[in-house]
Formats: sequence, C-alpha cells, structure tokens
Amino acid sequence: MRIACPLCGERDRREFYYKGAALVRPAAGAGLDAWHEYVNLRENPAGPLDELWYHEMGCNSWLKVTRDTATHEILAVQLAAEAGLGGEP
Amino acid sequence: MRFSGWRVLKEGLTGNKGWTPHWRDPEPRTEYDVVIIGGGGHGLATAYYLAKEHGITNVAVLEKGYLGGGNVGRNTTIVRANYYLPGNSEFYSHSLKLWEGMEQDLNYNAMMSQRGILNLYHNDGQRDAAVRRGNAIINQGDDAELLSRDQVRELAPFLNFDNNRFPIMGGLMQRRAGTARHDAVAWGYARGADMRGVDLIQNCEVTGIDVENGKVVGVQTARGPIRARKVALAAAGRSGQVAAMAGLTLPIESHVLQAFVSEGLKPIVDHVITFAEGHLYISQSDKGGLVFGSYLDFYSSYAARGNLPMVEHTMESFVAMVPAVSKARLLRSWGGIMDMTPDGSPIIDHSPIDGLYLNCGWCYGGFKATPGSGHVYAHLIATDRPHGAATKLKLDRFRSGHGLMDEEGTGAQHNLH
Ligand SMILES: Cc1cc2nc3c(=O)[nH]c(=O)nc-3n(C[C@H](O)[C@H](O)[C@H](O)COP(=O)(O)OP(=O)(O)OC[C@H]3O[C@@H](n4cnc5c(N)ncnc54)[C@H](O)[C@@H]3O)c2cc1C
Ligand SMILES: [Zn+2]
Repeated sequence: MRIACPLCGERDRREFYYKGAALVRPAAGAGLDAWHEYVNLRENPAGPLDELWYHEMGCNSWLKVTRDTATHEILAVQLAAEAGLGGEP
Repeated sequence: MRFSGWRVLKEGLTGNKGWTPHWRDPEPRTEYDVVIIGGGGHGLATAYYLAKEHGITNVAVLEKGYLGGGNVGRNTTIVRANYYLPGNSEFYSHSLKLWEGMEQDLNYNAMMSQRGILNLYHNDGQRDAAVRRGNAIINQGDDAELLSRDQVRELAPFLNFDNNRFPIMGGLMQRRAGTARHDAVAWGYARGADMRGVDLIQNCEVTGIDVENGKVVGVQTARGPIRARKVALAAAGRSGQVAAMAGLTLPIESHVLQAFVSEGLKPIVDHVITFAEGHLYISQSDKGGLVFGSYLDFYSSYAARGNLPMVEHTMESFVAMVPAVSKARLLRSWGGIMDMTPDGSPIIDHSPIDGLYLNCGWCYGGFKATPGSGHVYAHLIATDRPHGAATKLKLDRFRSGHGLMDEEGTGAQHNLH
C-alpha cells in the first residue's frame, strides 16, 4: 500500500501511522452520547472509508485518507488541517 | 454414530465404509425459536449448549459459506486462561474448564493438547507485570508459574537468550493452556448440535434483520425469509455489518490478522511460546509445521489477506527469537477478519432491540473462548440473564466507562488491541 502525501508525494505505507476513522470532533461541551459515538462507535463499512493517517516518517502531517477497506485501494488524500475535522472549538 | 477406539479399528479393517456424514443438510424451515447468524465456533457451540443445557432444539444456525470456514478455521489455535482483569479473568477460566471436558462431552477428538503456554519477559517491568498477572491467575483458580531464565532455557534451549535488545529474562507458564485442532472444534459442536435436532444451514447468508415495534421477528436470507422469536449474532469479523441490518452501530472496527505455517519440521517447539517484545506467538502442529503470527495489519480491512509489511515484521521477530528457523521455508499464510473493540475485550449481551442478542468483539483471541462463549451465550438467550461467568461482557461499558477491560492498557483505539 502506498499513500500519496500532498506534501511529500507517494510514499510506502510504513512511513505512516494509522489512527482510525476520520470523524468530525464534537464540541468540548457536547453530551456523553456525542463523545461515545466519536470515541467508540464505528460505521465500519466494507468499502470506502475516511481515515486519519499521520506521516510520521515524512512531513509529520495528519492526513485524511479515503481508502477502500475491501480492496485496500487509496481513493483520495487530503491534509487533515483542510478537511474540517476539528469541529466547533 | 458414536466414535470409539473399537469403531476406528473395525472401520480400518472393513475399508472405512461405515462412516456417515456428521450432520444433516436440511432445508430451512419457515420459523424457529432461535436463529443464530454465523456457523463459526461460537455460533455452533451456542446451538449445542442451547439444545443440551436448556432443551431448546427448535434452532437454526445460518451460515453464509460453509461450517467452520471462518475464523474458527483460520486461527493459530491457542487456548489459555491467563487473563488479568475482572470480567475476562472469570470468563476465560470458565472456558478453559469447558475445553478440558469438551472432547468427552462431544464424543469428538478435537486434539486438545495442554502443552502449556510460556509468555517470555525481557525486562524488569515485564517481569513485574508477569508476577502480578500470575497472582491474578492463581486467585481466579487457575495455574501460573514464574520460570527463571535457566528454567526457560531447559524447556526451550533453541530460543535466542542473548538477543541484544530483548534478552530473555524468564517466563510466565500456564501448563493447562495449549492448542486444539480448530476445524475439529467446529465439527464437534456441529455434530453435537445436529444430533440434538438443530438445523445447520449452509450457503445461507443473512441479508436483513426484521424488526417490528422494537422487537425482532425474523431474518431475510439468501434462501428466503425465516421468522424467529430470538435472533442471535455470532458473525465474528462481520458483526458490524450484520448489526447494521438491524440499525445498530457497534463499537467495532474490522481488522485483518495474518497467520503463518512453515514446512513440516521435526518436533522442536514443545509448548506455545509468546514473546512480549514484537508480540510473536508460536507453536508446532502435530504435522510438524511451525504455526505463528504477530500483530494486526493495523488498519481497517475486510480483505481476507494481509499486506507485506506485517509479513516482514513477523519474520524478523521470529528469526530474532528463534535463529534456528531462519532456513525453514514458509508454507502458507492467510488472513482472517476480526472485530476489534475499543478495549480489546468481547461483548456478550442483549442488544437494545428486544429479542436480538450480541456475541461479538472477540478481537484476535476468541478461539480459546469458543466453549465458554457458546455456553454463556446459550444461557443468556435461554434465560435472558447473563451467566455468572459473563456478567461484565456488557455493551454499555463503552458508553458509561464502567468496567472497561483494557488488558493491554492501550486506550480506546480499536486497532491497538
Ligand atoms: C489469523 C488469526 C489467528 C488467531 N489466533 C487465535 C488464537 O491463537 N487463539 C485464540 O483464542 N483466538 C485466535 N484468533 C481469534 C479467533 O479465531 C476468533 O476470535 C474466533 O474464531 C471468532 O469466533 P467464530 O469461531 O465464531 O468466528 P467465525 O468462524 O469467523 O464465524 C463467524 C461466521 O459467521 C458467518 N457470517 C458472517 N456474516 C454472515 C451473514 N450475514 N450471514 C450468515 N453467516 C454470516 C461467517 O461466514 C463465519 O463462518 C485468531 C484469529 C485470526 C484471524
Ligand atoms: Zn508527508
């Protein structure tokens, strides 16, 4: 598997650290259910999934990677900073 | 048909013509008391104990492929009860006791081999953790022994004791642990359930779960609709997808774990041995192949094959720990898809839907759970109360935070368990 980092170009999977589904972060004061969903619950699709990957041995960026969990094909890569995952402050 | 030494002898002398199929191949009926989704080890054991312990025999196990074609036939066959945290501790203890009587109970040879598991430690911190774990295991009523470096050397002289980074300092031994023939476990439970009237229906994928007014009423399948008073999930790595059919989102990600077998070698590895560093586990099969594995591939996957970086990592750890195997050829490798939960521990519980039950989240340790899981799940389905050995395997622990069983202390990230 190779991931095309927007800053570094296409790199081997081993340069990256995987963090799981890329979900929009609830506001700090959001209720228990919103945080439970964010931390624990997963749609877990067999198909395209938005994920967070960290380019640990490259530019140290967090990336939002869209990957097919059934074929391992990488469909899209975007800087997490530009993907609006941070939610309300 | 009962198995016995006498029967084997007689069949051997008469051309093995008297053996018959081990279970029927029935057409699905239109209605059952209990429908179990998934004909793996857990689903089949559940059906068996429902019939045997609770007299509930109007049961169907629906399997999308063939019986035993899932993770029950894909794992590295390790059976043990050396867990640490309340909840896991009593459950796996219960399961190991059932393993010890299983072959007699089923009249089926599952090649259960209590060859002992040896968990090596490589530094002071790991030794302290091993002592603590050993005490917890003894408190739960099971066996644990702390072995010195010299004692380990006597049992397993082929290990690399002076590895620069991870010298072996000693090990925690559980002698009642070991391995079992995984396919035979599925077959034994299948035969036992079938003999008690359970319908085992293969090539029957469940494609929908019918819920009316918050209560489950049946399932849609590749072979038509089937009504049921109770529906029980036992779909291993597909739990997330099956639960979604009933509108549930589970605290589960599916990940691939690979396993490896070398060419057949003379007996060298007498026990199951695990390395704390590198997380490697090995044993030797009765045919001589070294059976081993290590981590997950670390990212979500529904592909029943792994990727090469984890193959490389596993081989590196293996050769670092057992240099003598570096010339052995690898015969096969494969992957299995498992449910990973945020605390690495399983769920056996009611779902929020009336009559729908959950058995999921086994991560990569659910083979050893097979008899225990079937036994306590059958109890839950039959009585609507959790079995005493499974009161903590609750779904709502993730929401409430109470009673999380994070054995590895790695936090709430699914892939790290
Ligand atoms: C490589 C590997 C090594 C492992 N090593 C060990 C080990 O050494 N020790 C240990 O304790 N555990 C181990 N495990 C974990 C263990 O194998 C599993 O936790 C356990 O087998 C899961 O339960 P099961 O046997 O019922 O699952 P499975 O055998 O996978 O059964 C689930 C069944 O559900 C069926 N199914 C899924 N969806 C549907 C549907 N919609 N309709 C109908 N049927 C459906 C599947 O086809 C499958 O047959 C390992 C797993 C893997 C992958
Ligand atoms: Zn980069």
